[in-house]
Amino acid sequence: MPKVTFLHNDGTEDVVDTDPGTSLMQAAMLGGVAGIVAECGGSMMCATCHVYVSEDWMEKVGGRSEMEEDMLESTAEPCRPNSRLSCQISVSEDLDGLIVETPRTQL
Amino acid sequence: MTESAPGDCPGTDIDPFSDEFLADPFPHLAELRDLGEVFYLRKYRVWGVARHSEVTAVLQNPAVFSNAAGVGYSNLKTEEPWRAPSLILEVDPPVHTTTRGILTRILSPRALRDLQERFADEADRLVDRLVAAETFDAVTDLAQAYILKVFPDSLGLPPNDRDNLLTYGGITFDSLGPRNERFEAAMGRAEHIRQWVADNCARHALTPDGFGAKIFEAADAGVVSEDEAGLLVRSFLTAGVDTTVSALGFAIRRFAEHPDQWEMLRQDPSLARSAFDEVVRIDSPVIGFFRTTTTEAVLGSTTIPADQKVLVFFSAANRDPDRWNNPDEFDITRRTAGHTGFGAGIHGCAGQMVARLETEALLTALAKRVSRWELAGPPTAALNNTLRALASLPVRAHQFATHRVVPATA
Ligand code: FES
Repeated sequence: MPKVTFLHNDGTEDVVDTDPGTSLMQAAMLGGVAGIVAECGGSMMCATCHVYVSEDWMEKVGGRSEMEEDMLESTAEPCRPNSRLSCQISVSEDLDGLIVETPRTQL
Repeated sequence: MTESAPGDCPGTDIDPFSDEFLADPFPHLAELRDLGEVFYLRKYRVWGVARHSEVTAVLQNPAVFSNAAGVGYSNLKTEEPWRAPSLILEVDPPVHTTTRGILTRILSPRALRDLQERFADEADRLVDRLVAAETFDAVTDLAQAYILKVFPDSLGLPPNDRDNLLTYGGITFDSLGPRNERFEAAMGRAEHIRQWVADNCARHALTPDGFGAKIFEAADAGVVSEDEAGLLVRSFLTAGVDTTVSALGFAIRRFAEHPDQWEMLRQDPSLARSAFDEVVRIDSPVIGFFRTTTTEAVLGSTTIPADQKVLVFFSAANRDPDRWNNPDEFDITRRTAGHTGFGAGIHGCAGQMVARLETEALLTALAKRVSRWELAGPPTAALNNTLRALASLPVRAHQFATHRVVPATA
């Protein structure tokens, strides 16, 4: 089971076990990670599942789709080059150890 | 029906389109969930899923569980549909990717920001009037009146005959069921309304600042044709009225039944958003939609052959005790992410952020003025093949002493 770490603004972190094939957002929901809201449940309509992928992991996580690119314009906190929607990241064994940061707010 | 289910798949005679089921689906949905990962509905010879994990698995796999044969009982590829298929709901990628992209842009949280104030103004105005009257129907006077004002306004529709939208929505959702009495009755109403809808979805009928005009901009840019743009505008009418009206009606009934939850919302109106999602979870306006298998599909220990209809019960997944603690309990502070009341995956409701914004404005306006709800008569249900809704909900809205609005004397 790949482990993923969510770093929060207040210095705390959540380490979550994930099922390969599910999305990072789903893993966060099942793990009770507070920094992810995910109002639309992964339909790419809400931009409240925003994360910043740690620089070392950018390549392994991969790029954004065009639609995700558009939706990232709606995030509450500024979009950065390492911004992603966690509902669009599929967890695999390759991502074991992944570290992402949650923004200060999602709404 | 003595026909047994194919293979080892459990079969059932439960009829999800019967009056008895539709009047109170939840005990039947629990039975369906208990049957297994997949079951076979003998009467209609279709398959079904009702557990959260299978419902989600099907919705997340559009390549195998396709929408292109329609989300209703009839197969659009082999049967003549009563209207041109939807360009967003009844298509698969890559067509879907293009049309969804247009809607994603038009309906993103950023694009909707300007509407917030408009919704709040309309909500304040309507609620002031109703609260002064004290007793009213929360379905017709509140939910329908509000949605028929703000939603078609945002779309850019003319102000006349908006009740037709409710008729049209009812017809469309009934038409997703089998050819039962409800289906035939809906078809009887369809003829004259179809023309009205087409006329009102045309470019020249729409105001220049609404969602509709933005869709026609996509036609100008060559992304879709003029006719396709009209069909996309039509999707707003089908999807954006009855569904939200239904959820608002259920919301008020829930709050009348659970004064403690209303008190919580009053104390902290920022809970309006999660309260709405909790209503959509527990009362699931859309009972379920069909998918059609493109190839042999394995779900759990069952293999479903190709070209089979699968009824995906959103409403059952939303009360699956394996996914939710105390699923039958109404709790406006619940973390509801992952509910399937708006569907999920690539076909998840494109207008859900509009619905959240609309209902947030209305619940906030109510929370400021209503101290307590009381049922002023028995609610009545509107039975439809696909959409759960109340037809009426007579209520008395008790006011705060400090906010008392006195009706103008003649
Ligand atoms: S969960 Fe809504 S965009 Fe990711």
